[in-house]
Amino acid sequence: MFLRAIDKMDAEALVALIPRLRRYARALTGERFRADDLVQDTLERAIAKWSLWRPGTDLRAWTFTIMHNVYVNQVKRSVLAAESLDPDAGMETEDSGAAADTLAQLSGLNEALQRLPDEQRTVLLLVTLEGFSYDEAAHTLGLPIGTVMSRLARARARLASLLEGGGEHGQAAPAPAVQLKVVK
Amino acid sequence: MSFSETDIHRLVDGELPPETAEQVAAWVAEDAERLRLAQAWREQRELLHARYDALLGEPVPAAMLQTVREGPKRARRAANQSMFWRTAGIVLLAGACTAGGWLGHARFGGDAAPLPSANSPADSPSDSLAAMSHRAAVAHAVFSPEVRHPVEVAASDEAHLVRWLSNRLATPVRAPALGPQGFQLVGGRLLPGEDRPVAQFMYQNGAGKRLTLYVSTLAPSTATRETAFRFERYRNVNTFYWAQENRAYALSGDLGREELMPVARTVYEQLGLPATPGAAAPAASPKPQVQQ
Repeated sequence: MFLRAIDKMDAEALVALIPRLRRYARALTGERFRADDLVQDTLERAIAKWSLWRPGTDLRAWTFTIMHNVYVNQVKRSVLAAESLDPDAGMETEDSGAAADTLAQLSGLNEALQRLPDEQRTVLLLVTLEGFSYDEAAHTLGLPIGTVMSRLARARARLASLLEGGGEHGQAAPAPAVQLKVVK
Repeated sequence: MSFSETDIHRLVDGELPPETAEQVAAWVAEDAERLRLAQAWREQRELLHARYDALLGEPVPAAMLQTVREGPKRARRAANQSMFWRTAGIVLLAGACTAGGWLGHARFGGDAAPLPSANSPADSPSDSLAAMSHRAAVAHAVFSPEVRHPVEVAASDEAHLVRWLSNRLATPVRAPALGPQGFQLVGGRLLPGEDRPVAQFMYQNGAGKRLTLYVSTLAPSTATRETAFRFERYRNVNTFYWAQENRAYALSGDLGREELMPVARTVYEQLGLPATPGAAAPAASPKPQVQQ
């Protein structure tokens, strides 16, 4: 009974997931370098623990679970955890100054996203950005599906409020949420 | 029929079976506020994709590719920046101390050792040993064809290579001299093992045939004092593997079993000679010179 090391086929399967891991990590952390560090640590962990992956199961879910665990551990041991409580810290300005409304809105999106509590942001990103089903998200995060759904609902309400009001105290007035054409 | 806001989420996220989705969509269409919510959530999704999908098209950083295809690169960042290796190092230190203590105990006459492995037959290969040989064979298959970067640290800097790998494994390792067998040291690299770093030395003969020697420390719970040679064939790679002291070795090559056997014997004999005793974990880890 051999424990498996990653073979070349599996390695390529994992390589193929890297762009998605980077996208998710970028949205999760809001910072380019921190995101790539998170992906790098996740890949190292995945390779080291490769024998635990069962062939035929969803490699994407397995890898995202590892990333989630790495992220949680990083946040736990990092003073950066305080960042999400500080509305002025850790904000990214790379896109600010762009004249187009769309770019301004997208930049604001990253800031707003980082103001969501970690557990809400994680669920929102897995379901909307990564297209995980509720069941897959629950499995990936080790949560009951009901918890996933309630976090998702809170995340959407909070994000809408942040995008509309532009801050923590965004008004509850039912203004049209986001009126812009998205260029894909 | 009675729906709730939760059903709007399900609708937006494609979680509903087709008939139910139709019903919920009709229910949503009856009410401006429900419509507004559904629209807002769909737009959030589009915004997120618009904001972050560019990452999907960016070139993947080389370090990430190397990590997956070749194992973590030592050069990527300073050793103390990597949480993974730092943790592994602590575990390894603890493991090496425990293993050392137990081996000493066993060798010098304590037959009441409480560890279960003390009672297992000395030559029964543990699962971890077999798993190690498999990883060694795969690592050989992956790295031996490499033309440009077969190793991280070249043999031209052998003293440094050996010191670096000894530090990383927290136990003295040596690269045996296989010149008489026709194989010259190419260099070495550090790889992730099951739960701790392992070393790989690479050798090459005049015909361009390569051998790799995979060196792993054994966990105290699986430590086996000595085993006989074991043989494994994985795809085209033949591997002899064995345990010696608190380390496991695997010698892999594309050679036939008969060609590989005498080389394995030589390795075994050389590594069985007394090495520098003690010195489990030097404090400072020298910066390796890395071939890029």
